[in-house]
Amino acid sequence: MRTVIFRTFAPFITALMVLFSIFVLLRGHNEPGGGFIGGLIAASALAIYGISAGVGPARRALKAHPMSIAAFGLLLAALSGLLSLFTRQAFMTSQWVTIDFLGVAVDLSTPMFFDIGVYLVVVGAIGSIALALEERESD
Amino acid sequence: MAGSSTTVDIAQAMFTEPVAFADWLVIAPSILTIIGGTLCLITRKQTTLAPKLGLFFLGLLVLNNVMLLAEVLKRGVITMVMGNWLPPFGIAFTVDALGATLALVAAIVAFSAGLYASITIDSSGKRYGFYPFLLLMMTGANGAFLTGDIFNMYVWFEVLLISSYGLLVLGNDRAQLDGTVKYGILNLIGTNLFLIATGLLYGQLGTLNMADITMKVRESGVSGPLMTIAVLYFLAFAMKAAAFPVNFWLPSSYHTPRIVVAAVFAGLLTKVGVYALLRTLVMLMPAARTELAEIIAWVAALTMLTGVIGALAQSDLRRMLGYLVISGIGSMLAGIAMGSVLALSGTVFYAVHSILVMTALYMAAGLMAAMAGSYDLRRLGGLYGASPVLAGVFLVLALAVAGLPPFSGFWPKVMLVDAALTLGWNWLAASILVTGFLTSLAVGRVWIYAFWRGGPEGTVDGGSVSLPGGGVLTLGAQGQSTAAVWVPIGILTALVILFGLQPEWMMEVSSRGASGLVDPVGYLRSVFGGGA
Repeated sequence: MRTVIFRTFAPFITALMVLFSIFVLLRGHNEPGGGFIGGLIAASALAIYGISAGVGPARRALKAHPMSIAAFGLLLAALSGLLSLFTRQAFMTSQWVTIDFLGVAVDLSTPMFFDIGVYLVVVGAIGSIALALEERESD
Repeated sequence: MAGSSTTVDIAQAMFTEPVAFADWLVIAPSILTIIGGTLCLITRKQTTLAPKLGLFFLGLLVLNNVMLLAEVLKRGVITMVMGNWLPPFGIAFTVDALGATLALVAAIVAFSAGLYASITIDSSGKRYGFYPFLLLMMTGANGAFLTGDIFNMYVWFEVLLISSYGLLVLGNDRAQLDGTVKYGILNLIGTNLFLIATGLLYGQLGTLNMADITMKVRESGVSGPLMTIAVLYFLAFAMKAAAFPVNFWLPSSYHTPRIVVAAVFAGLLTKVGVYALLRTLVMLMPAARTELAEIIAWVAALTMLTGVIGALAQSDLRRMLGYLVISGIGSMLAGIAMGSVLALSGTVFYAVHSILVMTALYMAAGLMAAMAGSYDLRRLGGLYGASPVLAGVFLVLALAVAGLPPFSGFWPKVMLVDAALTLGWNWLAASILVTGFLTSLAVGRVWIYAFWRGGPEGTVDGGSVSLPGGGVLTLGAQGQSTAAVWVPIGILTALVILFGLQPEWMMEVSSRGASGLVDPVGYLRSVFGGGA
């Protein structure tokens, strides 16, 4: 699999896929997309990088262990539901805040953070499985 | 988007009044264990930090569940609907005395196991995630006990099972993989049946909220499809609870994992199945339960008798305890078969007793094996000399599991036998008593072999053989304090003695749980408000 063409293009493809996965994640609230599908795209990007550059460099590029990323995602999702405690509403009641960012009104919400949590869980879990499988193959 | 200008009447779809902080107690067990589990997962490589974090969150869980039970006993059933959506559309967490009691006992057992594991699980087991798995398994168990939505309960079952697979394979031995595959396949079939039955129920009634199902089933009466669904639920949860004849997976998987994992599983997992049976058959579909009563009674009697006969036939301590778990399930099923408030209180009390005593017995077995070097009854012996305290503890637990006074196993059996005689089911009462007698033989045999005689098989009468290592308990690092294994056994044994000597409180709580199942007015009112 490690042809020159693939090795040269893989980093660009990976970067593009990660960017696209974040785009899919953020448009997910009202349009097709969301954390799960975005996470799958990002995990595929990770898998492609792992195939072209080897599992070791892929793990180093990721900095944190994939399982820790998944755990952090789950934590973020759980905490996003907790914010409604302070508005005296039930767990998981969505909270919205609109901020003015350089003249554009940006809606931030707890469902978005929940979705980012889902994204990280999927990236971490699927990425962990993919890297583990690639590792076995090269032995 | 939030900024839209059209006005909608939100009160049509959502709660608008503020939610009391005390209501958060119903969801806090799941949140606490998820937060604790994820933090343990992130820090799992630091093998001294992760256990402390895990124990801290398990301790919080125990505190939370104590407050939850107190709140439920004070105020009655508590409901919180996720996202403030009105039921039956929002997913409700509805906690009654039954759910809160089991959640509390589960939390105590999990905390004890966490403590016991802090020195019995080696650092590689900790690195592979014992504590994250334990905490996330508690997320599933608490969620299943506290949820008021049947599909949500399925999801918590999955959370529980996935974490339990992780705990089972911890160690990666051939025998563990073998046990996990058996356990996994049977549980996959069981959960699939659960899911299929839930799908059919949704198709039939158009709702998944348990309170809503309860009302709709009572209006529609018994019909063919509902009977089918009830039978599917019975089969699915009987598999989880390890009822005869779908219990072959339990003895073939519970002796393989680390002893503390086996302790939590034996205590907790089968009782989640019993709880699900109570919830679905007794509360959701009482008419179908009445139709099935005869069959459940036969299954119950066969489960307890085959279980205890299996226990008598075993020569491996852990396998023998596995069969005792099964035998206890039979007694709980007997209460479900009878269906009167007294019988169901007996089932609830028995479930609490069984969770405590089975966990403690496995933990004690772990210590016995650590001292004598084997789980084989033929090679155990002379332990009385090594540790009279352990001999005493094991004797208390043995008498409790056999249902002899003055320990916790006595009262639920009294209630079950009393209920059976009142209803005229003499043969069921007889089988409960015969099972109790055979259980005392099975555990008495272990006590005599392991503690009373001087040494392993072949030791001359009156002689004694010194144990390998002089019978000194060495666990974890050399010279480390063994308090972390004695304290959990002490807590559980103390509860077993307490419930034996002071059973009134537990009887009161179980009977509140049972009457809430038979007549769920409080449950319905809690979910749908005063009108229902």
